[in-house]
Amino acid sequence: MNSIQSSAGLLEARGIKVLRGGFPVIDIPTLLVEHGRVISLIGPNGSGKSTLMLALASLLKLHQGSIFFHGQPIDSSAARAAYRKKLAMVFQEPLLFDATVFENVATGLKIRGMKQQEIDQTVEEQLARFGIGHLARRSARKLSGGEAQRTSLARAFAIRPEIIFLDEPFASLDPPSRDSLVDDLHAILRQTRTTAVIATHDRMEALRLSDILAVMFAGTIVQTGTPEEVMNRPADEQVAAFVGTETILSGTVAKTYDGTFAVCIAGTLLEAVGEVKKGEEVVCCIRPELVTISTDTPIGHSSARNTFTGTIVKISPLGLFYRVYLDCGFPLVAYVTTQSLKNLGLKDGTRVTASFKATAVHVIKK
Amino acid sequence: MDLIVEGIWKALLLLFTLDPEVLSITLLSLAVSGAATLISLVLGVSLGFAIALTEFRGKKFVISTINTGMGLPPVVVGLFVSIFLWRNGPFGFLGILYTPLAMVIAQTIIAAPLVMGITVAAIQHLPRNLRYQILALGATRLQMMRLLVREARLPLLAAVMAGFGGVISEVGASIMVGGNIKGYTRVLTTATVMETSRGNFDIAIALGIILLALCFIINAVLTYVQQRERPR
Repeated sequence: MNSIQSSAGLLEARGIKVLRGGFPVIDIPTLLVEHGRVISLIGPNGSGKSTLMLALASLLKLHQGSIFFHGQPIDSSAARAAYRKKLAMVFQEPLLFDATVFENVATGLKIRGMKQQEIDQTVEEQLARFGIGHLARRSARKLSGGEAQRTSLARAFAIRPEIIFLDEPFASLDPPSRDSLVDDLHAILRQTRTTAVIATHDRMEALRLSDILAVMFAGTIVQTGTPEEVMNRPADEQVAAFVGTETILSGTVAKTYDGTFAVCIAGTLLEAVGEVKKGEEVVCCIRPELVTISTDTPIGHSSARNTFTGTIVKISPLGLFYRVYLDCGFPLVAYVTTQSLKNLGLKDGTRVTASFKATAVHVIKK
Repeated sequence: MDLIVEGIWKALLLLFTLDPEVLSITLLSLAVSGAATLISLVLGVSLGFAIALTEFRGKKFVISTINTGMGLPPVVVGLFVSIFLWRNGPFGFLGILYTPLAMVIAQTIIAAPLVMGITVAAIQHLPRNLRYQILALGATRLQMMRLLVREARLPLLAAVMAGFGGVISEVGASIMVGGNIKGYTRVLTTATVMETSRGNFDIAIALGIILLALCFIINAVLTYVQQRERPR
């Protein structure tokens, strides 16, 4: 961060502080959101995600520091007004107006003084995009949670924002409507190439949607990186406790069989179950309790399809278990009981065999 | 019993013959209370918005003061407005005591806290993040106010009804600062009081019917506006 002129940064926060009752609730030395990227702020409840979102959208008074959009500081009321016309925001509650779905989606366009004909066309497009065209004339008060949040998203995307802020947009939805909306949003973000900042406490949601993860604790960002970096190499114990409960690996589908397939991860083939196409990009998640470790050398094939030899990188205590970080040519995390740890004499640098079944691999299509 | 039947009969006669005196009393009532409601609306809604939307020290105290003001006894208002407008009072030089203007002032003091109190409650009742949502849609402060008014239109119309209902039926302050002067400051309520004390029950009943009918018609219109255009 030496150069004043930042290259690909669409939005940048420098040294921002928000105080409440004299104490900083937000203290971010630097945050860069690159053009066309989706960044997720993840962290436990109360870590300041929502406040940071409001601050980034210049809806909150900063006590220190500035926000830059396209390299220009948002430091006057004119700059703020112009910036707010280019962003959109969706909250956990849909916050719809007491009007029809159509009128709700048209609100931002009316504020911008768009012609009725253009409004009609844009609204129709957005309603279709979010699969709520049939609800256009329905009162916003008579929608299900999923429909209401789709309306809120359509209203946000209708103004064709340069950047969109989504604050826990799926948190109050039931699992089926959440899954379908996450899928749709993922597709729409890709298609429109809209820069997005998403606040969520759901790691899987963040993983599914984002290019970059920023982990927040107590009002500050403790780690920023790709999902893989953050999940596999958490910066510290608290990040590890929040995100690092699974091994996350991205790879390409190398071969498909009947119902099973092999994923190539950093030159190693890993077997998993599911319907995918060859060449498809996927992310594999392996829960640590499903990984078994032994000090025997692998003989032939065990019942577990995936058997790898590796070295212990790090062991950290976790109550009744130990979390063991392995390097098998790719990073892998396993849980080992205190008893097993003693019996096997595991310590940093020990050569071990790790195995897990093909069904233990949870596959996410990118 | 005869008294009542005869009273109602004469009252209807007065109504249907459009007695000029009754008509002028009715129109003055409407004008004074209408003006007071309108001024209360401008004052109450704008101040109510300002109070609801800003954070400041003593906000709770201000709100409870307004809420107390919602139940201000009209005679007390009448007393203080009289003192202020009295010939030797601070605003005596204006010479407006015993004029319709003084009545408008007194009725505004009665209705404004009603409108303000309901406005504050209505705006505070809206979701906290709604303001952020509206600003994030690119709205100016004025556009935000308009959208919030639209969102709170049901309670705000209730505020209009409460304000108007409160002042058109009020008698204490009107008689004290207006003086019930025939053809000048005589309104429906003050006339009803006077005619009843004189034993002219027919006229009193006629005035009472008009007052009730007015309240009903105006509230019916406002209720219609309030319930209209609600998407189904």
